[in-house]
Amino acid sequence: MTALLSISGLTAFYGSVQALRGVDLEVGKGEVVALIGSNGAGKSTLMMSIFGNPRARDGRILFDGQDITDMPTHEIARLSIAQSPEGRRIFSRMTVYENLQMGAAVAGFAGFEANLDKVFGIFPRLKERLKQRGGTLSGGEQQMLAIARALMSNPKLLLLDEPSLGLAPLVCKQIFETVKRLNEEEGLSVFLVEQDAHHALKLAHRAYVLVNGAVTMSGKGADLLRDPKVRAAYLEGGAH
Amino acid sequence: MLAFRRGESGGAMEVFLQQLINGVTLGSIYGLIAIGYTMVYGIIGMVNFAHGDVFMLSAFIALLILLLLTQMLGLGAAPAFIVAMGASMALTALWNYAIERVAYRRLRGSFRLAPLISAIGMSTFLANFVTVTQGPNNKSIPPMWDQVITLTSGGAYDVTLSYRQILIVAVTGVLLAAFWFVVQKTPLGRAQRACEQDAKMAALLGVDVNRTVALTFVIGAALAAVAGSLYLLQYGVVKSTDGFVPGVKAFTAAVLGGIGSLPGAVLGGLLIGLIETLWGQYFSSDYKDVAAFSVLAVTLIFMPSGLMGRPDVEKV
Ligand SMILES: Nc1ncnc2c1ncn2[C@@H]1O[C@H](COP(=O)(O)OP(=O)(O)OP(=O)(O)O)[C@@H](O)[C@H]1O
Ligand SMILES: [Mg+2]
Repeated sequence: MTALLSISGLTAFYGSVQALRGVDLEVGKGEVVALIGSNGAGKSTLMMSIFGNPRARDGRILFDGQDITDMPTHEIARLSIAQSPEGRRIFSRMTVYENLQMGAAVAGFAGFEANLDKVFGIFPRLKERLKQRGGTLSGGEQQMLAIARALMSNPKLLLLDEPSLGLAPLVCKQIFETVKRLNEEEGLSVFLVEQDAHHALKLAHRAYVLVNGAVTMSGKGADLLRDPKVRAAYLEGGAH
Repeated sequence: MLAFRRGESGGAMEVFLQQLINGVTLGSIYGLIAIGYTMVYGIIGMVNFAHGDVFMLSAFIALLILLLLTQMLGLGAAPAFIVAMGASMALTALWNYAIERVAYRRLRGSFRLAPLISAIGMSTFLANFVTVTQGPNNKSIPPMWDQVITLTSGGAYDVTLSYRQILIVAVTGVLLAAFWFVVQKTPLGRAQRACEQDAKMAALLGVDVNRTVALTFVIGAALAAVAGSLYLLQYGVVKSTDGFVPGVKAFTAAVLGGIGSLPGAVLGGLLIGLIETLWGQYFSSDYKDVAAFSVLAVTLIFMPSGLMGRPDVEKV
């Protein structure tokens, strides 16, 4: 499998605090890759540093063969990488519709209507709330909007940081199914961070375990699911 | 300097009406300047102290071009004014673009006071630059459009509306409508609002934040140049220190309306214009600036988020 995203030796700092300590990681074309780890392990930092925020201090990040390590954030986004970030970061004073328009800005407005129909198919709730301001949505609705906004850009690679956070179990299941379907039917590559390690490992082709800013384990999702150490730390109420 | 100096001989209503007209005219100009303060504050959280001087500079640019066109090329008043205002908008926008690049952009990530100090430096530079190149005294244009329409007559006091005032309010209205459309309905305006709310997220969606900030300065300067041209038209004179007082008043307008809020800036501008003219009429015209500045102090103490300041999250 050819690598769509390839990260090697990545380190990142917040001031003098080191958050990533030489991460090596790959996401192949058409692959779903999960990243698990306890709170503060550096998962969100890794997701954001792909976009240069924080910038990599050492190491390289390649996307589709292109070196994006030092590229400005907005140019990275324009290469068709989309992220539903930690904390959702909905534009709270914009309507749902405007938030979706913002998501589509990268793709241009050619496929806008089709994409809109697609995300409404996944989250019918958003269609009912089109004129409502983002800040007035419920937490779960905001999460849906964050994912929908990311999908509006027709991404090649979708980064999801804890997509199930705050969602009812049913909606959560639906989101995992959606990811699976987009991956199988449209070949969308997905890199996701998830607290719900059980679901994530079941969904993912491959997964990485991040501990204290470094990858300590990686392998097939199904294999990690059976691994005693992983089970103890992330699946059976061990670490958190 | 007695209160009711004209009203004493009757016609109190007429005097009030006249001051309302004058206040709205002045308020339009303040509102246009206030937008520049409020937009820049909204997007990078900085009080652009030099904005009043940018306004003054724009009035000078308009003055020079107007004199060139009317006195040397013999153009008529109307086309000359339109060209002068347009050129002043373009040149002032370019100036402000350069200012942002040179004096503010690099400081954006550093401690909060750094860009403010840089802006104060820029303000001093602009005022002195104009003093040195244009001299410290008033420069004037010949009066234009000074015909008036008499609204009420026969009483003790005639209420009049000058062609200039109509033009000022009309131009302001049209430009604000166009500006509002850009901000609310175009991808550019959307990107601008997105950067105001969460610049990092906007960048994640492909918005070039630096370019958007630069555009904010360009738009703010263009509107300030409209204000500068209209100010010149109304008062006929401008001098190099004229940036400060209108600048602080427009800033007061932005704070009063709720800094960051565009409708607030316009509303604040109108209110400050009215407060100033009415105070000058009924109390003391020597202290009309004090009245406007007191509003700033009172607003900051009792209503820091202003009249239309916005809560970030609201539940319906
Ligand atoms: N903006 C910041 N400034 C300083 N330190 C930060 C910042 N953001 C994160 N950190 C620190 O970096 C480390 C990694 O944080 P990160 O958010 O990447 O963790 P995470 O794995 O996503 O955790 P969680 O599961 O709780 O979301 C933490 O110790 C955190 O305190
Ligand atoms: Mg996180």
